[in-house]
Amino acid sequence: MRGNQGTLRRHETMAHIDHGRMVGTSPARTDGAQKVRGLCRYVDDLEFDGLWHGATVRSPHACARIVAIDAAAALADPDVVVLTARDLPGPNVLRLIADDWPVLADGRVNHFAEPVALVAAPTRERARAAVGRVEVRYEVERGIHDLDQALASPRILASCRIERGDLEAGFAAATHVVEGVYDTAHQEHVYIEPQGMVARPTAQGELEVIGSLQCPYYVQKALALLFDEPVRVRQAPTGGGFGGKEEFPDAIAAHAALLARRVGRPVKIVYDRHEDMQATPKRHPSRVRHRTGVDAAGKLCAMEIEVILDGGAYTTLSGVVLSRAVLHAGGAYACPNVRIEGRALATNTVPSGAFRGFGAPQTQFAVERQMDRIARLIGTDPLTLRERNAYRLGDVTPTGQVLEESVSALECLAAAQARTDFKRRWHEIEDARASGEGHALHGIGLALSWHGAGFTGEGEQRMRSPVRLALVAPDCVEVRVAACDFGQGTTIVLSQIVADALGLPTEMVRVVDPDTSKVPDSGPTVASRTVMVVGGILERAGRRLVRELGQGGAPPASPAEFVELARAYLTQHGELEVEERFEPAPGQTFDETTYTGTAYSAYGWGVHVAEVRVDADTLATRVERATLVFDVGKAIHPVLCAGQVEGGSLQAFGFGHLEDLRLSEGRPLQDSLSTYVIPTAVDAPDFDTILIENPTRSGPQGAKGVGELPMDGGGPALVAAIENATGIVATRAPATPEVLLEDLLAGRTLGPEAVAGALQAGEPLEGLR
Amino acid sequence: MGAPDAVAVAGCTDLMVVDTATGRRHGAVVDLQRLPELAGVRDDGGWIDIGAAVSFSQLRREALVAEHAPILVQAAATIGGWQIQNRATIGGNIANASPVGDSLPVLLALGAELVLASSSGERRVSYADFHRGYRETVLEPGGLIVRVRVPHALPDQFQGFKKVGTREAQAISKVVVALSARRVEVGGQEHLADVRLGAGAVAAMPIRLRRTEALLEGAPVGADTATRAAREARAEVNPIDDARSTARYRAHVLGRVVRRLVGDISA
Amino acid sequence: MSEGWTLSVNGEERTFVGDGMTRLLDVLRESLGLVGTKEGCGEGECGSCSVLLDGDVVCSCLVPVFQVEGRDVRTIEDATAVPGLAALQDTMVTEGGVQCGACTPGIVLTAAVLLERSERPDRAAIREALAGNLCRCTGYERIFRAVEKLVDQRPRGAL
Repeated sequence: MRGNQGTLRRHETMAHIDHGRMVGTSPARTDGAQKVRGLCRYVDDLEFDGLWHGATVRSPHACARIVAIDAAAALADPDVVVLTARDLPGPNVLRLIADDWPVLADGRVNHFAEPVALVAAPTRERARAAVGRVEVRYEVERGIHDLDQALASPRILASCRIERGDLEAGFAAATHVVEGVYDTAHQEHVYIEPQGMVARPTAQGELEVIGSLQCPYYVQKALALLFDEPVRVRQAPTGGGFGGKEEFPDAIAAHAALLARRVGRPVKIVYDRHEDMQATPKRHPSRVRHRTGVDAAGKLCAMEIEVILDGGAYTTLSGVVLSRAVLHAGGAYACPNVRIEGRALATNTVPSGAFRGFGAPQTQFAVERQMDRIARLIGTDPLTLRERNAYRLGDVTPTGQVLEESVSALECLAAAQARTDFKRRWHEIEDARASGEGHALHGIGLALSWHGAGFTGEGEQRMRSPVRLALVAPDCVEVRVAACDFGQGTTIVLSQIVADALGLPTEMVRVVDPDTSKVPDSGPTVASRTVMVVGGILERAGRRLVRELGQGGAPPASPAEFVELARAYLTQHGELEVEERFEPAPGQTFDETTYTGTAYSAYGWGVHVAEVRVDADTLATRVERATLVFDVGKAIHPVLCAGQVEGGSLQAFGFGHLEDLRLSEGRPLQDSLSTYVIPTAVDAPDFDTILIENPTRSGPQGAKGVGELPMDGGGPALVAAIENATGIVATRAPATPEVLLEDLLAGRTLGPEAVAGALQAGEPLEGLR
Repeated sequence: MGAPDAVAVAGCTDLMVVDTATGRRHGAVVDLQRLPELAGVRDDGGWIDIGAAVSFSQLRREALVAEHAPILVQAAATIGGWQIQNRATIGGNIANASPVGDSLPVLLALGAELVLASSSGERRVSYADFHRGYRETVLEPGGLIVRVRVPHALPDQFQGFKKVGTREAQAISKVVVALSARRVEVGGQEHLADVRLGAGAVAAMPIRLRRTEALLEGAPVGADTATRAAREARAEVNPIDDARSTARYRAHVLGRVVRRLVGDISA
Repeated sequence: MSEGWTLSVNGEERTFVGDGMTRLLDVLRESLGLVGTKEGCGEGECGSCSVLLDGDVVCSCLVPVFQVEGRDVRTIEDATAVPGLAALQDTMVTEGGVQCGACTPGIVLTAAVLLERSERPDRAAIREALAGNLCRCTGYERIFRAVEKLVDQRPRGAL
């Protein structure tokens, strides 16, 4: 089927699953009409009576002792309020995993731009002016600013280890042993709407916060600890998140709430882009070491992998990011003997946090580059090597999980080959490269990736997320979940799933805005879990609602019958609300101490094929075309699903060659959109998206999570294409032109004879070495 | 223009960025876009005469500019996206005097001259003499750039331009190079004459690569000349590391781009 | 420079009293309540604050209000800002060109101007027109397709 959404391939293997009428279609997203007309109200667009503005005094140092804070000059403006750590009503901690992330710095600062004091004033200008008048004296100390320094004197925030088989025996049996070290840099989310939050005391005296966020109950828990009172949290329409609004809203909400409580009126904090880029979390930088044993045909015998993440100044989510990084570090490949060890180290940088992919893009960059290295060693093309090693049904992962269903690595590879003729073209370019002339060097590269959907291990079982459906009118069923739509299209997609479970059109299903006073804690909107996990529970809730509506009789067979039964029910009993909770599939257990068992109940599979043109003079890479083959289980809304795949892939390409964030003494050198560059419309490739539907039992109508998977393979596919085009072997993402030049100068190439001729013409390197 | 903190503005695409970031305030502000003296593009006997307040969008549409200064049109098309091109002006680009201003190497290569006005009257200066150092120019306080004059193209004149930005569009330059040279036939072989080579983002201000120009002057057109020019260009600059690139990259790419542009003459 | 500035906003004459260097963006959002125009970066890099000034797309974060005195400003709230705007808005939704929506008002206005000024823009022209509008969600593909769909629907003129 060739449609605007690209190509869809369906498996016929799960005919027992109901295929309803709404799922698989692409109705208009419910917020679309407002968004295109500028009528959607984001947090900075909302009006509040008597609103004041908050602003933040931040550390100019990455590592320093706070000697004194003098707010006298700021307080010369009689309206201005200044708060420091001494003014907190509760513990100075934003609770996540380890309780080490302070609301406000107390006594010392551990990263650049760390919040030291808060200011509120009647206008934004006065608040900002007051920030400049709060005098903080510091005693600067030596900090640890990058992974090299951290490795020299490591402070470990988290660690984990996976072991399976007999590593030494595996290496002993290997024909070749291949080693490699791969690095990735910070990546900034660049959601187009910066972080923002409003807090206010309600007429009843309760505290309410409204903001740009992904996880209302995270914020509620953080504030409950700080204020020791229930707080109502509402999500405003959110202009992009990508993980960047997972944990950080806890901080900005706490700040706004502290000020609102103090001044007794609504207080808004909205960051400008500089503040957002300086102060909010980024993707963990990484260094991954591989030692791999393969037989003569390139079959994996042994993989020894060390994963190091730069966690930044506080633990925040580093433990779970590391866990996902390690669990995906072996890539989508079967290997009987594996040891993967991971550590997240502390540095004096802004805490690294959640970012689409959550550690997996870093480790899959490494393993994909390592697989390319192995392919060359044994003399085959990258696709063939992956075919030999990719997981098949029944294979066992490093945690001992047997892959029993929905394994599509080979199918994705086959579809990518059919669509792009990858093998022939890769070989042709390899043969032609050394003699290459002219300015444009063409290359093709590919990556295979996998991504576990939902929380790691038994996270979902521990949460036992509840969802609720409520019949509120004869023709309206309300979906009550905490899942947030920040662009992905969660709202329409969940309504499609529920509509099919109820046998109704989506118009009769209404997803309520996330509001902790109205929706249960169905979990955070993270980890590619919303469609598969929350959607799956909702599907069950829908079936139950229909059963209860039937009151023992036959369930409604048509929307008209539904309305009729619903009217009768509502008259008789009033609102019908049903609640369902997450139920694990039998036999799915995971031991977090030994890292054994079912790490994820389902995996998405994907292949990126990147076709690039590298300018022989500037070493700038342009991705011209990208073929994306993704097994999503079931495309609930094919247009939005393709949008996830394409948007995630462009972020991944940015990660691969453009988006460089370097620090100088802990301070980001790139803290604006003119220095930190993300892809424009001219940088984006033409996308050819193929969605494969190999369903899982774990998701509604077979759907698997798709949010993060596209982030995993784009970077390595692009860098592999650069290698094919130029002969430069890049081991760092982003492979900026500057990085490629240094690689070329240092001889990190396929060999002097294998470097593209056009790069050598005119003795370009003379005088630089 | 009176008060010491008075400021003359045109498209404001640089000024407003700084104002917003720093909270800077101005006393009096003069809108140059409303002055007819600074508007329009006209033909003036061997020169095209461009008002300093002409936007890059206007430049891209002007047939005269396309005819005589095609590399100025090329440069205009690389300055930001539509939103910036609709506002940013050529005079503003010059007055802002950023070392990375994209139109500036082009004006150096084209041998442009400026008409400057101040309380003491109008004067003409060669654009090559305009910049004095990092964001320093010969413009006196309160002075204005009124017109930008570019000589008509000659039939044997080659013009080349290359911007190396941080990405494919809406980018700030890492290196920008513009070349103008005449092709003169001597003894059955084409040679270069009247060579002007402008470069941006490789020094504290936009510069002419004088040593490379000297090497190219009278040199035969061809790949060997291009390679020698690349080496000379790289040797005569001393660029820096910053948030956008590295000194080594800039030096390397400058050489490569000079080689490409000189090589393009024979193409 | 605190005085009154009169401009036409979406066809209505409006007066702003205040510093002439106030950003047009702030005048629109804070004084006139036209919050459909978004601030993404405040330095002309992202295009989220795009509005039409005398028909040309500009970043309202870089325009001081005194320069708009007597001129015509159109924002996303004006359904007639550009001919064909409504069709583009609908197509952006159905083709998947909208995700988080923060860049959308700017993208819609810019693309509408392209469609007004160019009869049959190809993909390269669409890319160039949108180069000043950053989108972080879609990868741009579905935005391009929305514009292309409208181009495809145009009657082909005689050659």
